[in-house]
Amino acid sequence: MLSINNLCASVEDKDILKGLSLDIKPGEVHAIMGPNGAGKSTLGSVLAGREAFSVTDGSVAFADKDLLELDVEERAREGLFLAFQYPVEIPGVSNMEFLKASVDAVRKHQGKPELSSVEFMKLARETSKKVKLDQAFLKRGVNEGFSGGEKKRNEILQMMLLEPKLCILDETDSGLDIDALQTVADGVNAMRSAERSFIVVTHYQRLLDYIVPDFVHVLADGKIVKSGDKSLAKELEAKGYSWLEGEVA
Amino acid sequence: MGDLQTAALKLAETQSAPAWLDAVRRRGAERFAATPWPNRRTENWKYTSLAGLAKKELRLPEVQPVSVPEKDLIALDAYKLVFVNGVLDQAQSDSLPDAVATFASVNEQQIELVQSRLGALADSSQHLFAALSEAASTEGVVVHVTAGQKLDKPLYVVNYSSGEAAQLIATRVLVVLGVGAEAEIIEQFISSDAQQANLVAAQTEIFLADNASVQHYRLNLEQEGITHAGGVFVELGRDANFDGFAIAKGGELIRNDYVLEHCGPGAHVELQGVYMPRGQQVVDYHTNIKHRVAHCTSNEVFRGIIGDRAKAVFNGRIHIFEDAQKTLAELSNKNLLTSNRAEIDTKPELEIYADDVKCAHGATVAQLDDEALYYLQTRGVSKEQAKVMMSFGFINELIQTIKNEAVMNYLLPILAEQFGRENELLQLEAESFDEL
Repeated sequence: MLSINNLCASVEDKDILKGLSLDIKPGEVHAIMGPNGAGKSTLGSVLAGREAFSVTDGSVAFADKDLLELDVEERAREGLFLAFQYPVEIPGVSNMEFLKASVDAVRKHQGKPELSSVEFMKLARETSKKVKLDQAFLKRGVNEGFSGGEKKRNEILQMMLLEPKLCILDETDSGLDIDALQTVADGVNAMRSAERSFIVVTHYQRLLDYIVPDFVHVLADGKIVKSGDKSLAKELEAKGYSWLEGEVA
Repeated sequence: MGDLQTAALKLAETQSAPAWLDAVRRRGAERFAATPWPNRRTENWKYTSLAGLAKKELRLPEVQPVSVPEKDLIALDAYKLVFVNGVLDQAQSDSLPDAVATFASVNEQQIELVQSRLGALADSSQHLFAALSEAASTEGVVVHVTAGQKLDKPLYVVNYSSGEAAQLIATRVLVVLGVGAEAEIIEQFISSDAQQANLVAAQTEIFLADNASVQHYRLNLEQEGITHAGGVFVELGRDANFDGFAIAKGGELIRNDYVLEHCGPGAHVELQGVYMPRGQQVVDYHTNIKHRVAHCTSNEVFRGIIGDRAKAVFNGRIHIFEDAQKTLAELSNKNLLTSNRAEIDTKPELEIYADDVKCAHGATVAQLDDEALYYLQTRGVSKEQAKVMMSFGFINELIQTIKNEAVMNYLLPILAEQFGRENELLQLEAESFDEL
């Protein structure tokens, strides 16, 4: 599914990722934890193709393609989805229109027939119920005036509509209350399947009580310094990150 | 006097017009002749060239039976008046209530109103094209709603330009609302095709007595060839309310002057506008809100998208006189350039002589937000389409504030087409989708 090999990336000449390697097979859920500034969000941005980050070394294969050669939108169409830590507000562009444009683009690329507007609206309505996002938000501007929780629900709504192969959740738990966290986790869990993989980036162990990972990795100073199963998350919760600093070469 | 002035006046002389308009026409002709042709040193025309207009070979309007295509009309329950090349087309127009008349159907009282009020706000000694529209005026609309009355349906005035030659079209609308009276006025300007090259001098004057209230729309939806030189001039009495919306797609030159004067305390002006020239089109809005007395408010918001090699000018002036204490005035102008060769000249001007006022003004020129573009791309939307969606969104924010739904629903597909968007979803959005 995803194979990251010795990935190095920088922003404004500052090295952030310093030789990160990670293999993800279909159906697996990988949690990436780590202290602030370790490069967690950078990983998501580099995989999604954000221009500000330049890859200086390494390779990323995604579903047999060289991911780094693809444009941002091509990555999305190939089935990579990044749920933003801070979803962007776009006033004036209706959420419904945005969702349809997005689903149309992805379906077209995958050779699926385009949904009619009526079909799409039904689908969007049903899906918004699943993530407990009031339908009024479909008519509003994209994320415009949404609360933190509503924005994250909207991210999960998009994820469900696009049915990606690989979902990267970038600190999706930040700023969420327990109810919203539960809804987001339910959405993710409902989408878990033998074909779909997840990278769950988080600072806190809490989210992993709801979305139980197969693997937990600790990212520190731009590379993965320790990997384990879900018990590693508990250990980190108890001990913090400092005990790992010795393992940062 | 420029060549175009000479030619236009010669044409005006040969027109037939109601005799009671003679004095107005003569005054206009004299002032038009006496006003030097603007050049780049003329303050009011600093950023907009009239060189193209000066080359037009003007003719008198062609009177021709042309039906305005149904798709060009707004589906309104309104009193509709259709002017084709400035000439009233009875067949396409509705019969009018007592409060509304055209210059051809005025009664004595309305004649007196026109003679005493026409030009009182659209000062032909100050505004070149107000002078021209006086000099060449043959037709027009008078609205007089007496105290406490409300025009029961909107007045919908369609100005259609059609035919090959560059015709000189002069139109006037005069609105007088008595104390506490209310009306909704929709002015629409359209042209048959991109080659249509009329010069349209269209001035509208609105007198609002105490507590009177008007909703006004000025929809400049002409195509490329048109030169529009118009204005909306408003006087507000105590607690009067002007709620205006302006849109200009662009033409050879679409110029509108808005002059609004607060003359009684407690009056309020709300003015919103959008412009979106592309190709080599030019749009020019000059607005001037004069706070003459205390305790008045005004809120003005204009947004523009300028593409290709098009050009827009926005000059927004707020003048707060010495007696206008406790004024609240806001002016915002935001622009989006979607091409390297597009041009915007924006100039907000505050002139304040009172010391206890609250004013805010701002003008911005920007490119599309990279962060939002990236977000859309991460959802599979191409950069190109993302730009279209965001440009539309930028304008749509103001369109969504339009109070008359029929007008909003009419404008949305036009904008969608302008930005190359699909229509179907918009229509679905407009309907209540609970029914699905």
